[in-house]
Amino acid sequence: MLDASTPEHSAQPSTEAPPIVTFEGVTKRYPGIIANDSIDMEFRAGEVHVLLGENGAGKSTLVSMLSGLQQPDDGRILIDGVEKPISSPADALDIGISTVFQHSMLVPSLTLVENATLGRKWWQAPDRAGTAGAMKTAAERIGVTLDPMALTGDLSLGERQQAEITRALMRGARFLILDEATAMLTPNDAARLGELMQRLAAEGMAVVFITHKLNEAVAYGDRISVLRLGKKVGGLTPEELKSLDAQEATNQVVRLMFGTQGAQSGDAERPDMSTVDRDAKPTLELLALYADSGRVPLSNIEFKVWPGEILGIAGIDGNGQKQLAAALAGQAPISDGRVVLDGDYIDRMSIGQRRAKGMRYVTDDRLGEGTVGTFPMSINLLLKEIGEAPFWRSGLEQPEAIRENARRQVRDYDIRTPSIETPIGKLSGGNIQKVLLARELSGSARVVIFEKPTYGLDLANIAATQTRIRETAQSGAAVILISTELDEILALSHRIAVMDQGEIKGIVENTDGARHKIGELMSGVKK
Amino acid sequence: MSTQTMTETGSTDRFRAKLQSMSGVLLMSLGPVVAAFILSGIILLILDVNPFSYYGYVFGRGLLSPTGVQATLTRMGPLLLIAAALIVAFRAGIWNLGGDAQFLIGAVFCAAWTPLMAPHVPVWLGLLAGAAISAVFGGIWALVPAFLRAYQGLNEIITTLMMNFLGISFASVLVKLVFLDPTTTVPQTRTLAVDDRLPTLFGTTISSGLVIGLIAILGVHFMMTRTAFGLRLRVVGGNASAAVHAGLAVPLLTVAVFAISGALAGLSGGVAILGQYGNVRADWNPGYSLAVVPLVFLARFNGFAAIGFVALFSILSIGAESAARRTGIPNYFTLVTIGILLVMLAISEYYGAKRQKAGA
Repeated sequence: MLDASTPEHSAQPSTEAPPIVTFEGVTKRYPGIIANDSIDMEFRAGEVHVLLGENGAGKSTLVSMLSGLQQPDDGRILIDGVEKPISSPADALDIGISTVFQHSMLVPSLTLVENATLGRKWWQAPDRAGTAGAMKTAAERIGVTLDPMALTGDLSLGERQQAEITRALMRGARFLILDEATAMLTPNDAARLGELMQRLAAEGMAVVFITHKLNEAVAYGDRISVLRLGKKVGGLTPEELKSLDAQEATNQVVRLMFGTQGAQSGDAERPDMSTVDRDAKPTLELLALYADSGRVPLSNIEFKVWPGEILGIAGIDGNGQKQLAAALAGQAPISDGRVVLDGDYIDRMSIGQRRAKGMRYVTDDRLGEGTVGTFPMSINLLLKEIGEAPFWRSGLEQPEAIRENARRQVRDYDIRTPSIETPIGKLSGGNIQKVLLARELSGSARVVIFEKPTYGLDLANIAATQTRIRETAQSGAAVILISTELDEILALSHRIAVMDQGEIKGIVENTDGARHKIGELMSGVKK
Repeated sequence: MSTQTMTETGSTDRFRAKLQSMSGVLLMSLGPVVAAFILSGIILLILDVNPFSYYGYVFGRGLLSPTGVQATLTRMGPLLLIAAALIVAFRAGIWNLGGDAQFLIGAVFCAAWTPLMAPHVPVWLGLLAGAAISAVFGGIWALVPAFLRAYQGLNEIITTLMMNFLGISFASVLVKLVFLDPTTTVPQTRTLAVDDRLPTLFGTTISSGLVIGLIAILGVHFMMTRTAFGLRLRVVGGNASAAVHAGLAVPLLTVAVFAISGALAGLSGGVAILGQYGNVRADWNPGYSLAVVPLVFLARFNGFAAIGFVALFSILSIGAESAARRTGIPNYFTLVTIGILLVMLAISEYYGAKRQKAGA
């Protein structure tokens, strides 16, 4: 089915084709953050334009401006060389811009034809036969085989995406955005989608392909643009891509994405190794840990953390980091393997027993599971010690002890709150995080899991939190730092484990070149 | 001179601010009540009934006549127990709407077995055993939804309502087939002799069930606000994920909440039998629980406020029975007033939150 047409890449005059959409100095600000900082970019017909970047680099913002969901605060958007805002998704469709997401947007209980007729006015009868014909023609044009009468729910995700692309073509799309479309696909389906992209470009369409996987970017892309912290930091032109072999191109992209060139400053604040005592027995040891029940199953996770050490866990969000933290803290069941803390097996223990052994978990879901938003901050400080002396005696609340504890923590952790009785949900994110830190770090902590500890905080609170993490390790606890911010992980951790799809892809010592190695492990270049 | 004036202005300003905040609180709590009576009055006007004479009858009977006020206070006993049952559950985030069946099952078993025991034991022991029976069976009836919710995650609103249908029918079947009093022809249980019932208070006709109800609701209020167990329940109700994260045994706590709530609702049935009715007739269902649900919401799950709203409801419902005979307005009109009150309170809360936001 795929051999209908093989694109002749060299014959494609891609650089001379006119751009369909041009960004000139496009800027988009959110409170406290510049998501896109004067981006200049051209999206040409006949090109697969790959957008690369870490989480939070600004890819999603850029795509939402292309598809009319967001408006730029500054700069111009040119359509076919004429300045014209894309003011709504309907506007985008009129221009011919269509988006395919990583999750299918088709109704599973309807057939493909019925899905394709959904856009019609409510008083029009769906023309099933006609639409089916049009669908078949469109599919043949791009070398896709599909049965218009098939029930969407019976198709694989890859087939559904092909159907979505076909539907976009039927609606006259000439500009196709594939937003992490390969993220959930099997390698085979992903390769098929890659070939389809190239055929679409050969047909004269503009394709924008967003991915985390560098090998896909180099294999299917005609042009690569790399975003970092909201800025376009560079890219590869079609000429460069053609002249470089895959390995060279990948190396160059890794350098752009993870900023290896500018890494000197980051390397300078490498953590102090003197606190780590690798001769001692490891504080925490994971032995072939499996957990099947979560959204991302964990398989065969093994690592050790020594006292005073910070083990960073890097990886793209949603690759099992949360499941790992929950399994260690006791919130999620472990299906196989063992966890050893200070020489004792803790994998059968309850959450409370693990906490008593010194296991602490600073969750990133601060209001979702870390606190009860409507409760006073003083009670939230003791949420994991309800019923314990001196705050409760024979089951009865001791208000003065609870207030005293809150006043002390407010002082020690510099928590800015109108009063210790203020409902915690009314505090700022930084102060809620301070409450969580005060709660988890008090007492004798042996292992502390920090999950995205600086997520959503301002600069001052980020610095304060990072200092706490360092101090925690210096006091002799084993620290696991889960973060999607590579800079943070490199600045704090002694070793870095890279997680991908519920597995540890490798553990790297934080020495020169660690950034590059992590980048490769994260992008799936090395197997 | 001028400084003195300034301090004076300062203190009057402070006084005015205090007055303003006090009047604000008063307006927020009494405003909805007044508005509810006005709107109910308009509905009465539409029904061609003079609202002043209707409410004159209601309060004249429910609050101002000696027999009426005694009936009002007696009725408050079981209602307060129901309110206590609901406060435990609602504060823990569990919407136990099966109180009617828990009440009836408790009442039926209490009415079936206490009269059999009473002749052979001291009065106090008979009463204690009767109360215990009603609490135990009320609690048992709540266990099915408890386990379904705790271990299968089934929505307790659906299951408790379904258990209502089953429980109300089951109570009727028990009365007609199993616990039938062989000496009468009407289907009802044996009757507890008046001497064996709960004592009345200070030579009036007020049942001491009122005292039990007051103790229960104050005890529940204390438990929920001052004890570690109550706090655990409130954490589960406030944020179930946080409860899991903090290591609380959520399923076990859920079952405990259902058991306590069901037991209190069952005890309410027991108190109604031991204090007032003495027996259960087939197809008897006063529907107290679903009537008290809005009251507990009006009280925002606060025990003290609940006493006030239960008293108001008790006055209205006792008064409405007499007003019904004179004006032809069925006594369900009380529920209309309560319903309007609930809507008025929601509206005032909405504007209160808006005003607070604007002020901040």
